Amino acid sequence: MLSERTAFLIFSVIALIGAVNVITRRHPVHAALWLVGTFLGVAGLFLTLGAGLLGAIQVMVYAGAIMVLFLFVILLLNLDAPPDEGLSFARGASLLAAVATLALIALPLARAPELRAAATPESPVADASAGQVANVLFTRYALPFEVVSLLLLIAMVGAIHLARRPRRDETV
Amino acid sequence: MAPQSWYLIVSALLFGLGIVGFVTRRNSLVMFMSVELMLNAANLVFVAAARDHVPARGSACALFVIAVAASEVAVGLALVLALFRLKKSVDSDAVRELRA
Amino acid sequence: MDTLVPWLTGAFEWATSSAFTFSVIVAILAVVGFVSIWAMFAVWLERKASADFQVRIGPNRVGGRFGLLQTLADGLKLAFKEDLIPGAADKLLFALAPAVAFCGAFAAFAALPFSPAISAVDLNLGVFFIVAVSAIGVIGVLMAGWSSNNKWSLYGAMREAAQLISYEIPSALALMVPILVTGSLNLKEIVAFQCLPSDGTLDKEGLFYWSNSGWLAFYSPWTFVAFVIYYVASLAECKRAPFDLPEAESELVSGFHTEYSGMRFSFFFLEEYAMMFVVSAIAALVFLGGWQPLPFVSLNLPTSGFLGFGANLFYAGVFLAKAVFLVWVQIWVRWTVPRMRVDQVMVMGYKYLIPVSLVALLMMALYEHWDVRYLPGLF
Repeated sequence: MLSERTAFLIFSVIALIGAVNVITRRHPVHAALWLVGTFLGVAGLFLTLGAGLLGAIQVMVYAGAIMVLFLFVILLLNLDAPPDEGLSFARGASLLAAVATLALIALPLARAPELRAAATPESPVADASAGQVANVLFTRYALPFEVVSLLLLIAMVGAIHLARRPRRDETV
Repeated sequence: MAPQSWYLIVSALLFGLGIVGFVTRRNSLVMFMSVELMLNAANLVFVAAARDHVPARGSACALFVIAVAASEVAVGLALVLALFRLKKSVDSDAVRELRA
Repeated sequence: MDTLVPWLTGAFEWATSSAFTFSVIVAILAVVGFVSIWAMFAVWLERKASADFQVRIGPNRVGGRFGLLQTLADGLKLAFKEDLIPGAADKLLFALAPAVAFCGAFAAFAALPFSPAISAVDLNLGVFFIVAVSAIGVIGVLMAGWSSNNKWSLYGAMREAAQLISYEIPSALALMVPILVTGSLNLKEIVAFQCLPSDGTLDKEGLFYWSNSGWLAFYSPWTFVAFVIYYVASLAECKRAPFDLPEAESELVSGFHTEYSGMRFSFFFLEEYAMMFVVSAIAALVFLGGWQPLPFVSLNLPTSGFLGFGANLFYAGVFLAKAVFLVWVQIWVRWTVPRMRVDQVMVMGYKYLIPVSLVALLMMALYEHWDVRYLPGLF
């Protein structure tokens, strides 16, 4: 049986290779497909963390819906392979930003010994099963839940309005 | 169990790659994908950090992030479509009307 | 598989880890074997049923009077065909697409239980897992359509993407209705709920007893509405007629798999028939009582020992019969209803199926809240 660590290593390597390819592939279709790989890798990581529900949601929403939307738009625009985007000031700046982020996250890791130690479960209150997540979602997080549903509604209206073809008597 | 810090490191790497992608690429579609990478990194932190405390809460927070990501993609892709209709390009440098 | 591990460790005194590995291998082989045999049978069924509907005879040469081995012969022919890859195609994606498309259907297959004890894996998230992984298949279709570098393939892939995204919503909403009633996502538990006795006693005597809920499709009007919506939406998800726009032979020269030949083509075929079985099996398990042969009466068969083994085989047979019947209905629909237009497909999904499924979900919640019961409660 796969140990949890082996599974962690496999899934994180999948996720990271996918991520590197997302930002380096020139054609958006290739980038999008590598992104699917990353999402599946992260879904696997959720599984190793015992969050099976979230893993399934990740596969369904990201791989099944969001990426299909991405691919659909790319195919709709029918873009040709774009030219090399070339080096720019932005690339250097972004590397700096990325290194700074890593440092921000790595420094506390290096300082706090309890974060470096292997996890010592303090008798978890509950697991992340569907029932438990639902309990949390509809009691403690009921307000954010409603706000998110409102947000989705607004996004839907906004997306429809933006993507609508302007009528003839309108100026864009 | 894999230590929590391992998950944080993977998440940091994903987030860093997302930033690099967002800043360096000019194809607006790929820029959106990089944003998705960063959101996923955040999800990973939520779930990993909640594992030893109340796992359900971490999952719930990650769920909210996924919902936000979904609405962001819907609006974002509509914007890309509108941009393409105007400029016949999805290059983010194509929009420079406000530049003097 | 969950029954195999204790049996191996118990009867043969195997170590748990080796018993586990062995069971995993057995489960994988069983699923692969079943998918292949099913696909062969389904192609034969489709050809025979189509022939019946058109008053033809259908395959009747290879393998006896009923042409049972026709599919095997066709399969061999496909396997020996030249594997063409168009020059303008994106070669890697082109080669990868059929495998990706098949992965989703295959993973969904693994989570289906066939009887109380026969299942490859028993997942707590059963229904949800299947809905999630079967969404991966569409990525394969999009890959195929785009990498073929052919405008018909591209159109087919885009239609597929639009259609699948739209019809996933009503089918998931319709599945929420029975989940609301049973309070479980586990397919086995959903079936077990439909077998609960009406008076709540657990150790029943005798061969039959009145079931508490009966088959869920007949539990309340709203579950029946949900069943119909799920079935229609699942037709669209399998790209079956009247929603077969992504392949539409007569307008898109079979859409996303125009450029495919040989084995790669047969993988798409396998995927389609596997998905047909998966959606029919879910409909049978969730709405039509799974392995319960009668709507309002539950069978009380022994669960352990040699008799239990026989009972399990019997249950699996009942379940398979229901699933195959639903697949046959899909074929029936194909020869009855003409193909819809793209805009009609969208109107159907967004203006009818989604609102109706939302209403069904809401009404079911109210019914459960007020405890409106009528069916077996009468008895």
